[in-house]
Amino acid sequence: MIERTPLLNFTTHAILIVGLVMLLLPLWIVFVASTHDFRTVNTVPMPLWPGSHMVENYVAAWTQSGFGPKMLNSLVMAIGVTTGKIAIAALSAYSIVYFRYRLRMVFFWLVFITLMLPLEVRIVPTYAVAANAFRPLQVLLDVFGMSWLLESVTGLRLVLPEWSLLNSYSGLILPLIATATGTFLYRQFFLTVPDELLEAAKMDGTGPLRFLFDILLPLSKTNMAALATIMFVYSWNQYLWPLLIVTDPAYGTAVMQLQRIVPGPLFGEPPRWHIAMAGTLIVMLPPLLVVVFMQRWFVRGLINQDK
Amino acid sequence: MADILIRSVVKSYGRTKVVHGIDLDILHGDFAVILGPSGCGKSTLLRMIAGLEEIDAGEIAIAGRVVNELEPRERGCAMVFQNYALYPHMSVAENIGYSLKIMGIRKAERLERVAAVARIVGLEEFLDRRPAQLSGGQRQRVAMARAMIKEPQVFLFDEPLSNLDAKLRVQMRIEIRRLHRRLGGTSVFVTHDQVEAMTLADKLVVMNAGRIEQVGTPKEVYHRPASLFVAGFIGSPPMNIMRVERATPGLARLASGATLQMPRLDTVPESSLRLGIRPEDIELVAPGTPGAMEMPVEFVEELGAGHLVHGEFEGAEFVVALPGAIEVVAGGRLHMRFPPEALHMFDAVSGLRLDGGEKASGLSSGAVREFA
Ligand SMILES: Nc1ncnc2c1ncn2[C@@H]1O[C@H](COP(=O)(O)OP(=O)(O)OP(=O)(O)O)[C@@H](O)[C@H]1O
Ligand SMILES: [Mg+2]
Repeated sequence: MIERTPLLNFTTHAILIVGLVMLLLPLWIVFVASTHDFRTVNTVPMPLWPGSHMVENYVAAWTQSGFGPKMLNSLVMAIGVTTGKIAIAALSAYSIVYFRYRLRMVFFWLVFITLMLPLEVRIVPTYAVAANAFRPLQVLLDVFGMSWLLESVTGLRLVLPEWSLLNSYSGLILPLIATATGTFLYRQFFLTVPDELLEAAKMDGTGPLRFLFDILLPLSKTNMAALATIMFVYSWNQYLWPLLIVTDPAYGTAVMQLQRIVPGPLFGEPPRWHIAMAGTLIVMLPPLLVVVFMQRWFVRGLINQDK
Repeated sequence: MADILIRSVVKSYGRTKVVHGIDLDILHGDFAVILGPSGCGKSTLLRMIAGLEEIDAGEIAIAGRVVNELEPRERGCAMVFQNYALYPHMSVAENIGYSLKIMGIRKAERLERVAAVARIVGLEEFLDRRPAQLSGGQRQRVAMARAMIKEPQVFLFDEPLSNLDAKLRVQMRIEIRRLHRRLGGTSVFVTHDQVEAMTLADKLVVMNAGRIEQVGTPKEVYHRPASLFVAGFIGSPPMNIMRVERATPGLARLASGATLQMPRLDTVPESSLRLGIRPEDIELVAPGTPGAMEMPVEFVEELGAGHLVHGEFEGAEFVVALPGAIEVVAGGRLHMRFPPEALHMFDAVSGLRLDGGEKASGLSSGAVREFA
């Protein structure tokens, strides 16, 4: 739209500003709450202007919660999930777009359908698998009579060892890395790459892997950055899954920890919102930095965009 | 010797057959141009030679080796694409040297060879740029350099000049021809531009609807078109075609009843046929000359060096090309004579050329005329 009329300009700006305010207002309240002491925060109405206890609140939040190691865990998890998601998404989309095999579209639709099955829906079976990663294999063996066959032939019963992912980084990461959204995004991108590029590469003598690594992936850098940003924020903010499979505090994540510093009425104490809000802002910081950093990257990608 | 031998090659997409059994020999050192209207299967044929398209039936051999089952990289061909297909994220030098990198050639040698090729095509100053920072003509050169660096036995070009402006196209045409001579391989060039085809080809292959209509030198194809299709396709403006019946010996009767001296008519058995004459082979005569044909002038196209006179003759569009010195105005009448030796005879049913015999006229005296 290159239309320029003052009225339209005014209206669009007004809408934008209202939207922005609506988005920022809760954040502002969180920030304000994190700068007052216990008493002021719990007065009604709460003041809407920052107070003078900011530093002590943040220090308290940091020390009480032991965020240091938790942040590290969160970081490991978020980076692991993001990397995994990108790798899986790029590979599966590459397979779907560039290779002709039977049931190709069936696989695509299977992946696509999982969009409708977020983690929360499949959390119980996923937990069962995480508790023993070999279990699906064992079940298959049992169902298809393989164990029975083996038993009757050798007299030994085949029992796979248990491989528990509970309380481990693999457990935090692996169940989250399948991504229909990412696969779809990559598929759409690969579809826009002209066929002649593949043909030129073939004439130059590339095999499928080199084509992927030398040409497709470098071309998809901006895409990758977008996906990485979204996925980093998504995995950083994971709450339910870590809560479920982590019982050992050594593997707790920052977001999980957040809940511990809001000792609600459950603990017989009044909620210390000022500390909680400070903690919230601390936990929000890493994804925020990632977004800010990656956003600059996007813009660069857009500016010297190669056509 | 990088001969390309094509035997009964067939290609279908699903149920539609797009290449109907092609036989063609392109010998080492040839510059073969495949010319045909859009959708006739030129690119498909070229891509089958390159290995980018499966061959459904028949065989293609390059340098004495049947290549049907070989991967593109094993065939020793390089290809220049219509829209260049450069890798957008690589610099010019990287684009050119990519195939060497894949062959595992050391970086120092690679750079040396890239520089050498870049010098040939005049790209030395641009080696660090991205394709997006180049003009169309420069991109075209990168594509050529990328093909050249492998020192292939066979060069394949799929309409590589069609995205360039007219002037650049002429220039690149000359450069491609020069490169071919210098590199001494075999080149196959696909185009639907007949001027390009005429000027580049040693061997001109005219295709239509998945079949080869004629193979010959540009001169042969122009002066002795093998079929009505070739007659109508080659030459701008194309050959005028008239329906005639055989009358008394040596006379052809036109639809209007007018007759035409045509001694050669008696050498063929058919009685219903088509006669063709090139617009530039028509002679003007004084009104009233015996046997003169008359045509009302509808409009005149000025070309600078001459003009094209359009009118209707025998119920069909008719074009006469005249040198600039002769003044013709719309609404006037043209009195013309068709020199018998300039007439081409075709079978009315099959469209094939009928006379094996004498060569059609030295009238346009060798050089193919270009009408821009
Ligand atoms: N992948 C495909 N699937 C189905 N039909 C195809 C495919 N590629 C080409 N065709 C058909 O095959 C025929 C020949 O195509 P081809 O690309 O060889 O034409 P061409 O002679 O190169 O034409 P142009 O001058 O327009 O490039 C066309 O009718 C086209 O529609
Ligand atoms: Mg084509």
